[in-house]
Amino acid sequence: MLRFASIRLLRAMITILAVLTFAFVVLRMSGDPAQVMLGPDVPQESVDAFRKAWGLDQPLWIQYLAYIKAIFTGDFGVSMRDKASAMQLVIDRIPATLQLTIPALFLKVVIGIPAGVYAALHRQSAVDRGVILAAIFGFTIPSFVMGLLLVLIFSITLGLLPSGGQDTWQHGILPTLTMSIGGIGILARFSRSAMIEVMSQPYIRTASAKGMAWQDVVWRHALPNAAVPIVTIVGFMVGSLIAGAVVVESIFSWPGIGRLLVVSVTNRDLAVVQCILLMIAATMVVSNLIVDLLYGWLDPRLRAQSAH
Amino acid sequence: MVSNNLVELRDLKVAFDGIQVLHGIDLTVRRGEAIGLVGESGCGKSVTWLAALGLLPGKATVAGSVRVDGQEILGTPRSVLESVRGKRIAMIFQDPSSSLNPVLKIGRQITEALVLHRALTGQAAKAEALRLMDMVGIPDTRRRFDLFPHEFSGGQCQRLMIAMALAGEPDLLVADEPTTALDATIQAQILDLLIELRAETGMATIFISHDLGAVSQVCERACVMYAGRIVEQGTIEALFDNPRHPYTRGLFDAIPRLDGPRERLIPIPGTVPHPRDLPEGCAFSPRCSHAAIDCRSRRPDLSPMDDGRLLSCFHPVSHSTDLATVAANRVAEAVS
Repeated sequence: MLRFASIRLLRAMITILAVLTFAFVVLRMSGDPAQVMLGPDVPQESVDAFRKAWGLDQPLWIQYLAYIKAIFTGDFGVSMRDKASAMQLVIDRIPATLQLTIPALFLKVVIGIPAGVYAALHRQSAVDRGVILAAIFGFTIPSFVMGLLLVLIFSITLGLLPSGGQDTWQHGILPTLTMSIGGIGILARFSRSAMIEVMSQPYIRTASAKGMAWQDVVWRHALPNAAVPIVTIVGFMVGSLIAGAVVVESIFSWPGIGRLLVVSVTNRDLAVVQCILLMIAATMVVSNLIVDLLYGWLDPRLRAQSAH
Repeated sequence: MVSNNLVELRDLKVAFDGIQVLHGIDLTVRRGEAIGLVGESGCGKSVTWLAALGLLPGKATVAGSVRVDGQEILGTPRSVLESVRGKRIAMIFQDPSSSLNPVLKIGRQITEALVLHRALTGQAAKAEALRLMDMVGIPDTRRRFDLFPHEFSGGQCQRLMIAMALAGEPDLLVADEPTTALDATIQAQILDLLIELRAETGMATIFISHDLGAVSQVCERACVMYAGRIVEQGTIEALFDNPRHPYTRGLFDAIPRLDGPRERLIPIPGTVPHPRDLPEGCAFSPRCSHAAIDCRSRRPDLSPMDDGRLLSCFHPVSHSTDLATVAANRVAEAVS
């Protein structure tokens, strides 16, 4: 177990390091912060001074080593724009994002999974077809279209809900809905196919042949087996709790991580972008770790494999 | 008065998506007796009993009558079927390893049946489950109670399936090819176990198999099935010593012999017809060396013979047929 955990931990750190390195290189290759921050018509001296002040005049690999060293000492850099701690800027935005993503995740789980399971158990019925159709609509319509559609219906036509901002809880409804619809569709599809697969297994027939009531067969014998693929998808969704709101936050002017990311990338605010990516990578890695542990708990066969 | 007939199947028919696969099975299972169901894959042996217990998928349509102790169960509400399954008629399956739920501890899977059928709970259920595991020959039951199916071998999984089936103290155990997925030595052990348990508990047994040797060990009677019908039914002695249906005869000719001189096995030419395009007349006629014109136009009914067996054939293999001639004909036909 200790060996398993340490391998996992090492792998997690390598993943995060890879993300940081990639972000570091790409951000610096794809545009000059000095140009963006200072504007097009500034004298060359100012640009040079700016570059010198932020260490951008150094060779890339020296910048990189300095960056990695700083990270390991807990220094995540300073925002070029606000001159404040980049990490603090990011952390300040997290609650706003979670205000959307956590309720959205909740909706995905409590609507998507039951809908998929119900459809699987009533295969070929009208409800099943309805669920499939709705699920396809849900996850094929991109969130920027879905968001605008909801604004059109609920804000402009019906005038029921605000179309942007973060003033009241009503402001959160449309972005949360926009964010959850695709996930509901994906979870419904996955739960349905997982459940159909499980229901055709010999052990389900055994449970029925034993004389178990149908609902007990479903609850006690089928669902625990269908849980593994469903947990995988939910794990991805948990992993994207911080990253998942970029488009939706932009549409609904919601001051979360997603908007900070868009603004910071546009401004080439390197430290902030890197901090956000670090946070995103960390949540992904942690949720993957949790999913791996859950696998072992859900399926004893996987437990046996990972022990070896 | 309790009738001696435990289960009666009458004109049991099954169709999948409109394609008839079972064409009216009549079978009476008496208390305590062991009946073999024999035939090639796809002849409807398993489907018969899955249909009787309502275990076929939704696309199957089942017609006819299934009576348990005189009470009709076909077409009754799910709760009636659930009270028969496991309690009156228990079933074990071909692939024991995938027939046990991989994510539930084995002890729990057995106690579930005890809770359902014998109203045992807690320690009493556990004690009884341990006794059943012991009874089917699982060593070190206390430790293994909390193991998962993948931690047992195939043979042990089948033993556990049997323990689970015994939990409801059923009147009939339907064993659907219980040894097919196991290797030969384990097969023999499982057969012995089934024979032993039947002697101890007095439950009737339906033994579904294409292994005639196994059937002869376990059963007193057997039904030979072909393309969704019973073609010959009789005592093991009658069928083994003197098979009358050419198909039954063919099955015996295809068994290698351990004793006696080594002989070339005589295969049955051709393959089982697909249920969608069954030949007219007797379904076996295209593969039958005895077939005459009438076999290809009319279908023989399953009728009682003088010696008590049931037979569905216009031109049965006669008692005194020179076996060598038949064999030679068969080979010639197969080669041509």
